[in-house]
Amino acid sequence: MTTETTSLPAERVAWTNGQFALAFVGVAVFLTILQYTGLLPGWLHRLPETIIPNFAGWLDALFNFVKDDLGLLALTRFLTEGLQWLLDASGNIFFGKRRWPFVGPIPWTALAAIAAIVGYYLGGWRLAVLGGGTMVWTALIGQWDIAMQTISVLAIAAPLAFVIGLSMGIAAWKYAWFDRAIKPILSVLQTLPFFTYLLPAVIFFKVGPTAGAVATTIYAIPPMILMTTLGLQKVSPEVVEAGKMSGCTKFQMLRHVYLPSARTEILVGVNQVIMLSLAMVVLTAFIGMPGLGAKLLAMMGSFKLGRSFEIGVTIVLLAVMLDRMSKAWVVKQPEHFEKGTVFWQRHKMLLIGIAAFVAFTLISLVVPFFAEVGRGQDFSQGKELDNLIKAFLNIEWVKATTGFLRAFLNVQVLIPFRNFLLSIPTPAFILLVAAFALALAGRKQAILALIFFSLVALSGWWDRAVITLYSVISAVTLAALIGLPIGIIAARSKKWATRVLLICDTAQTFPSFVYLIPAIMLFGITDIAVIFSILIFAMVPLTRYTIEGLRTVPEEMTEAADMSGATRMQKLWNVQLPLALPTMAVGFNQAIMFAFFMVIIAAFIGTQDLGQELQRTLAGTDLGKNFVLGICVSLMALTFDLTIMKWAADKKRALGLP
Amino acid sequence: MRKMTTALTAGVLALAPLAAMAEDSSDPIVIPIHNWSSQIVMSNVVGQLLEENGNAVEYVTTDSQAVYESVRLGDVTLELEVWEGAFGASFRAAMEKGGIVDVGDHDAVTREDWWYPMWTKESCPGLPDWEALNACAAVFATAETGDKGRYLDGPVDWLKHGQERVEALGMDFVVVNAGSAAALWAEIGAAEADKRPVVVFNWTPNFAEAVWPGEFVEFPAWEDGCDKDPAVGPNPDALYDCGNPATGYLKKAAWEGMEEKWPSAYAVLEKVSFTNPQIAEMAKLVDIDEMEPEEAAAAWLEDNKDVWESWVN
Repeated sequence: MTTETTSLPAERVAWTNGQFALAFVGVAVFLTILQYTGLLPGWLHRLPETIIPNFAGWLDALFNFVKDDLGLLALTRFLTEGLQWLLDASGNIFFGKRRWPFVGPIPWTALAAIAAIVGYYLGGWRLAVLGGGTMVWTALIGQWDIAMQTISVLAIAAPLAFVIGLSMGIAAWKYAWFDRAIKPILSVLQTLPFFTYLLPAVIFFKVGPTAGAVATTIYAIPPMILMTTLGLQKVSPEVVEAGKMSGCTKFQMLRHVYLPSARTEILVGVNQVIMLSLAMVVLTAFIGMPGLGAKLLAMMGSFKLGRSFEIGVTIVLLAVMLDRMSKAWVVKQPEHFEKGTVFWQRHKMLLIGIAAFVAFTLISLVVPFFAEVGRGQDFSQGKELDNLIKAFLNIEWVKATTGFLRAFLNVQVLIPFRNFLLSIPTPAFILLVAAFALALAGRKQAILALIFFSLVALSGWWDRAVITLYSVISAVTLAALIGLPIGIIAARSKKWATRVLLICDTAQTFPSFVYLIPAIMLFGITDIAVIFSILIFAMVPLTRYTIEGLRTVPEEMTEAADMSGATRMQKLWNVQLPLALPTMAVGFNQAIMFAFFMVIIAAFIGTQDLGQELQRTLAGTDLGKNFVLGICVSLMALTFDLTIMKWAADKKRALGLP
Repeated sequence: MRKMTTALTAGVLALAPLAAMAEDSSDPIVIPIHNWSSQIVMSNVVGQLLEENGNAVEYVTTDSQAVYESVRLGDVTLELEVWEGAFGASFRAAMEKGGIVDVGDHDAVTREDWWYPMWTKESCPGLPDWEALNACAAVFATAETGDKGRYLDGPVDWLKHGQERVEALGMDFVVVNAGSAAALWAEIGAAEADKRPVVVFNWTPNFAEAVWPGEFVEFPAWEDGCDKDPAVGPNPDALYDCGNPATGYLKKAAWEGMEEKWPSAYAVLEKVSFTNPQIAEMAKLVDIDEMEPEEAAAAWLEDNKDVWESWVN
């Protein structure tokens, strides 16, 4: 957020803002009361159909113009051919697709050895076990082929995202106008529901791995751009000076001075690219991405819980492995050798890697098991897991709990809450959101909130937008009730903090589709099932940032509290929590963003919100409608994002935290 | 980065369009795969048949509704399971836009309607008659529906008109839409544990028949015009007052350019026709016997030589 400059003293502004906010709330309450007494004219409750502009139609016309008349389709189809060639080549290497260069597939043992050696090189024995172990698990559980189909696409999409992100990041750092132009686009891209990426990807890049790769790349680019720019901006003037003094050309400055100095941030960007690519594995299966995601959907389509669970575990293992390895790479400083060190000593790990690769490839020529684990040889426990899951869901107390939740939470709390939100007149609702933004952040955010929500109202999808918001609010509230205490308790000891953070990582990378089925089996096709599946996802950042916020409270502060004889509770409430609050707010914000992401996926359970309409557009070619719906979600998410992040930044500054 | 650009250029050059030939093109025929077993196995069966025929074949996973747009554009070459009920609308819309052709029907009927697993009959013995179902509506009540029964319909975009039928026939049911097929199975699976009665949307041929034996509810029989003319059917003032057609088609469709590009493969596709038991058998190989789809296809081809030998020259 840019900081708002104002000539008025801060306190007075806050006071007037507060008064404004109160006035907004007052008007909103008045309008709602009118609505309940039946005095409110209909056009003030909901915008009349007749004045809703035909955004979808205009957008469709625009898309068709750009697509056909300007020849964008011809261009993208041309690019598709090139991409297809790359994907075919990597497909051949990883899973033996019959295309050039006709060398693959690499035997699983050889890849497992490489993963272990890379792991060892980056982070010692633990990472070696994680790397090799993940590969061995994937092969033995009988998912090698599909996992490699996924990897073969990611091996193209992730580097592509890296290259594009890096170049755009450099451009944004060099040219201020580019930075200004790209910032709002990036914010929208990061809040746009993924369904909105999928349809254009199919139309412009052909259904199949190409569209999957493109959607993955676009999804993964934004953090790479942001991290690159951030890193380059932080390069210290001394380093730049040194580069200039040694007479570097412009390119040399970039290549040998700036980029190496920004190494840490860039590598964090790489880590983000990898994690986001993996998050798209299942979603892109809707547009033809082969591999783990497609198999997972097929397994869910025939009610095979155990097998889909196993695929979920594979995806988590792959994600954790790549995450840990790329993080280790961030920390690992480049090695420097004495001049005159012999070749084999400088490249010891590389040589061992090649040797192991060749050895296992040769063995696999003789022993087929080392090349491929056949069906019937694998250790899949699909059926047993099925029975286990079903048995758990059938335990008496589980059923009693869910029955109670369904009867109480759903019927007594959630459904009335939803109906109440729906009964609020549109203008009153918009005023309430604006008041919220005004009270927390400031006038700029309030005006944006007004504009954004008015646009949502004008889109003609108001009721569905409110239902979407209702799921998000309910889920985040419940997630806070559960996630914050867990975070607070876990933050007490380092051991527990690490454990809970590992669970958070797992919950975040575990494909959300796998939750949906147990959620339905527990709660039926109801709002609770929807909110439950969002809840799991939204709890992760809340818990994570609470732990992080509490553990980074300056030690002087806690010591001062101890010295003045504060009890544990007093210390927590009066010292630790207030200081951790800005960080926790960031977590809260992320929880809302995750909830907006997940509420769209929950359409697969059965909802009546924007997600359901979005899912419906996937079937056709309604690009215009698809885009309008996506923007609605994005605008609502952005309103919260801008407001909460501004609040957190203000609070941090006020507390003098970094 | 430089390497990447070179690779890109090389890729574009390598894929320069091949000259048209009188025989089948050597380009791969792209067969779409969806997320239900019978379709996946059937696609593999036909794929292996076409390979036998000398064609190159590739599979691509796609959404079962979006696929018609892809067929129209030629990104996907054919579609083996066009269900009248589920995909008729998308198929007809694509036909109107052009680019897709009808390659004839399978020797199979499809049916989609209200359905219940067998254990439901114990608490509502009058089934499968719809009036009997309505009489025991309370048995199907949930926490959210109060005294009324709950009927779980397919996703809204399947356009099954469950709500309209409930109103037209004056039934004591609340219609809830599932978000996906998987959601339907999850509900049946959850009900199975304590043999709770449920009535849901279902179809045949389907793997579910093998996992949960069940029956369709018998509504007033379908008459032509039931969805267009209120006079048709028992309620003179309402549409959708009859059951769905019990004998819907199951079609094959192809990209318009297929006949010209792969004439011999197209001839095979025209002859391809499977029956209900054959389709159920294919699904069973994967769903019950836990085979991988390609193995299941090979096994099915091995066991049913007499069925397909006349299709391939």
